[in-house]
Amino acid sequence: MEKSLSRYIWKHTWRQQIVILTIVAVSMIPYFLSLDLPKQIINGPIQGDGFGTPDSLQPFFEVGFDLPLIGHLNIYAGYPLDRLSMLMALSLEFLALVVINNGFKYVINTYKGRLGERLLRRIRFQLIDRVLRFPPSYFKRTKSSEVATMIKDEVEPLGGFAGDAFVAPAMLGGQVVAALAFILAQNFWLGMIAVGMAMLQLGIIPRMRRRLIRLGRQRQLTARRLAGRVGEMVEGITTIHAYDTSNYERADMAKRLGEIFAIRYDLYQWKFMVKFINNFLAQVTPFLFYSIGGYLTLKGSLDVGQLVAVINAYKELPSPLKDLIDWDQGRQDVQVKFEQVVEQFQSDGILPERIQSVFTDVPPPLPGPLTASRLTLNDDSGGRLAHEVSLEIGKGETVAFLDLNGSTAVAVAEAFGRAIWQTSGKVSLGDMDILDLPESTTGRRISYVSTETYFFDGSLRDNLLYGLKHAPLKPAVREGQRAARRRWEIKEAALAGNVDFDTEGEWISVAGQTTIADDEILREWMLSALDTVLLSEDIFDLGMRSVVDPQQRETIARFAIDARKTLRGELIELDLPQLVVPFEFDAYNSEATIAENLLFGALIGGDAAARTIISSAYFRSIVSEDGLAEQLFEMGRKIVATMVELFGDEQQNNPLLPEMLLLEDREVPEYVRIQKEVEGKRLSEANEEQRRVLFLTAFSYVESRFRFGVLTNEIRAKIVKARHRFYENLPPNLQALIARYNEAEYQSSATLLENIVFGKISRVYADSHSRILSLIKKLAMEQNLYDDLLTVGLDFQVGPGGKRLTILQRQKLNVARAIIRRGDYYTLNQPLPGLNPNLQAQLVKNVISFLRSHSNGCTIIWVLSNPRLSNHFERIVIFDHGEVRANGSHDDLMGAEDGVLNELIVR
Amino acid sequence: MILDDEVRCLRSLPFFASADPSKLKRLAFTSDHMRFAPGQVLFHEGDPGDAAYVILSGTVDVSVETPQGPIKVATADRNSIIGEIALLNDGYRTATVTASAPLETLRIDKHEFLNLMKDCPSMMFGVLKVLSTRLTHTTMELAKHKSAHETA
Repeated sequence: MEKSLSRYIWKHTWRQQIVILTIVAVSMIPYFLSLDLPKQIINGPIQGDGFGTPDSLQPFFEVGFDLPLIGHLNIYAGYPLDRLSMLMALSLEFLALVVINNGFKYVINTYKGRLGERLLRRIRFQLIDRVLRFPPSYFKRTKSSEVATMIKDEVEPLGGFAGDAFVAPAMLGGQVVAALAFILAQNFWLGMIAVGMAMLQLGIIPRMRRRLIRLGRQRQLTARRLAGRVGEMVEGITTIHAYDTSNYERADMAKRLGEIFAIRYDLYQWKFMVKFINNFLAQVTPFLFYSIGGYLTLKGSLDVGQLVAVINAYKELPSPLKDLIDWDQGRQDVQVKFEQVVEQFQSDGILPERIQSVFTDVPPPLPGPLTASRLTLNDDSGGRLAHEVSLEIGKGETVAFLDLNGSTAVAVAEAFGRAIWQTSGKVSLGDMDILDLPESTTGRRISYVSTETYFFDGSLRDNLLYGLKHAPLKPAVREGQRAARRRWEIKEAALAGNVDFDTEGEWISVAGQTTIADDEILREWMLSALDTVLLSEDIFDLGMRSVVDPQQRETIARFAIDARKTLRGELIELDLPQLVVPFEFDAYNSEATIAENLLFGALIGGDAAARTIISSAYFRSIVSEDGLAEQLFEMGRKIVATMVELFGDEQQNNPLLPEMLLLEDREVPEYVRIQKEVEGKRLSEANEEQRRVLFLTAFSYVESRFRFGVLTNEIRAKIVKARHRFYENLPPNLQALIARYNEAEYQSSATLLENIVFGKISRVYADSHSRILSLIKKLAMEQNLYDDLLTVGLDFQVGPGGKRLTILQRQKLNVARAIIRRGDYYTLNQPLPGLNPNLQAQLVKNVISFLRSHSNGCTIIWVLSNPRLSNHFERIVIFDHGEVRANGSHDDLMGAEDGVLNELIVR
Repeated sequence: MILDDEVRCLRSLPFFASADPSKLKRLAFTSDHMRFAPGQVLFHEGDPGDAAYVILSGTVDVSVETPQGPIKVATADRNSIIGEIALLNDGYRTATVTASAPLETLRIDKHEFLNLMKDCPSMMFGVLKVLSTRLTHTTMELAKHKSAHETA
């Protein structure tokens, strides 16, 4: 990238800069006209110049110039008007000029703003483009949040400056020169004083500002590092909690903030010092005019009129001069920022653009074999990972890599996956170096998976299909306003040097063709890949836990309602009806809390809705009938007493404390206090806080979980009765918060599982949850709806970096994402470390057979962490201390005399 | 079955006989009351041990894997504790336990058990007593086998 900002701006915006200069020049005409007009109004119609007699007329809007040699050139003689009409005409002209001037201002500012924003967009895009092309080693030394702050914040002022980059100096410089010329014309020596002082200002001030610039650079660097550290802190938050290092982090942050403060304070001191000197220099000139000019006048060598004219002219001078100096400071400031950023975005090994150029066609199959020739790989510190490894892997082979000592297998696989670059030697396909091949070939025909997983914030589906989105194949179809908007987007993108690929369009093609893959094909791909990596059950579970819109997924909602009955039938048939306690309007549900039993409905808006309902006067009136309130109060008292007995000696909240005590974020000692306070008191004698605590405790009680034996059949019956009363006259504002359980209706605020089960899954019976899930799966399969239910799980949002999935799920998804791609080479670099051996064996078998059947004749290279699995491979390569130790089939190596493989397996 | 009954059941086990009543109640409370149908497996041989089970009612079969298939080595019934060694060390299950009749258990979580031991020295003595009794028993068995082996 260009290192000089001015040149960069000129290169990309010279056309607009010329346009804007022209507009500014044209705008000067009405501006100067408006300066002259007040004088005309006052001298003419108001003071009566030229209106000697009541009926005398003067020409309005006379246009003419006095030109040298030619004399007066009259273009328009003007329209004759009398005094009053003239006053009105001139006033209206004044108004018109005001409008025109402000109109120009508006146009100029918008134009400058747009120019600046386009340039900013261009710079940001170029930086992002470079990030995408940096070699892998760059990212080992760079913090992501620093890159983010550079792209987002540090280049921001550049946009504001771009509009003024050429216009401001032209205008301000012109004004300065004009004023100085005028003064010089009045009196040469006074003029020279003004010129001298202006030169002094222009010379000294920028020099003093150099320190400001240096400080500004420091400020930028420390602020960037702060951003980097904050990013690190957020990413490492679990480590901070785990090791109780939060105060160390606080200390580090406070130190950094202190540094920034010191720099900024220094900056202010110096900045105002410069300002002081600048103002002083500007105002010392009038002093010279008064003293020297006055002296000359007294001596008679200068007349008073000239002196006054000079002083008046000088008054005009400081403001453009100051603005010019300020502009220069602004320029240097952004220049420094720009340089700083550009420097960070330089890297030797940056990929040439052609490597990543868009390729919408089908890349040809890669030639074989994959060869490493005298491949040497070093780690960041220069440590040797692989030393002159030569290896050939033919097309269609299934090869296992193993490490005896060191991590050469991992490193060689990384080099095959282009995750690290070699120090010497090369990796080639046929006779082509893989680093020279465009990514449209390597990135599609070679799949690489490592232990590291990275997922983008979005749905599981988006992440699973991520590896297939190589090139925009077809833009999305838009109509009306959206189409117009899209045309505008494309135009603007071009003007700022951005690409205009349509993210909402089609990106995925059928393997080996240019036809676009439709939803049906994608679904089949996804489900088969998930099946292969044994992730389907998890996805099914995720789907079951999600909230589904019944309007959007009608078949699923209908299935859920039907399944309520069939599931119960199945359970009865299996003699397991106790696994689910169904919601029945006339029966108490022993697996639900008392509050749930009273409300008997799905809450719309979660816990907040529950709180609103419970604190409503209507709900209170329902509970207070029948003596239920007193009984619940007594229950609350007993529960609190038992809780205090169990946990009363704890000063802090025990993590095993039941959720009810944590309802309102109270600590155990508070419960101890309240328990003492309410001793012997009746409901009517208790205060608001005591009631609240006791009632809330009672409301969250579940007999089957707590087993305190405080819930009698009488209370159960009363609660069911209260439930009936609750729904008899439910006021409309509460109706919006709760949907009563209804066997025939889908509950859109509840999860899919809750909708199907329509009751509470018993917590007492072992494995009840998984048994129910497998029953639902069976029902869904019978109706050919299992795949539909799985797709619900595909909409699960994985969170930033996929953090909402477990580590194992992430690793499996990582493999699924690779094998869903059709290619020639698959390198799996210990993709599933720490997985239990049985599952690992199952997965290796599954993946190999999946790839064999889906990607014809592909090559599979698998770096194994478990040598026992090597019998699934045709060939085994064993590395030791950076070199190949053994290479051959499983049987050969097992029979070999040195028995390296055997040693690995036994160890 | 309510909490107090479970506490009574725990109390009858030598492991917990000397524990403070209030602590024992807390242990019962933080444990899960779980039921198993005949044939359901409590845990498999080789699983990491994370809990012990106290049988409140019903019976279980204890079996180990052999190259010839699983062999039943013992049974246990009401008021006995299963898998308690897992509470004290980080080992794996040495046998598979299956419910052989409708089973009601109290599942005692390892961490909660260890916390309780820390808080309650009297219970630690109870546990030590049980362990030392077992060790004596094992030593005697070993001595018997050894002498039998030497005389043979």
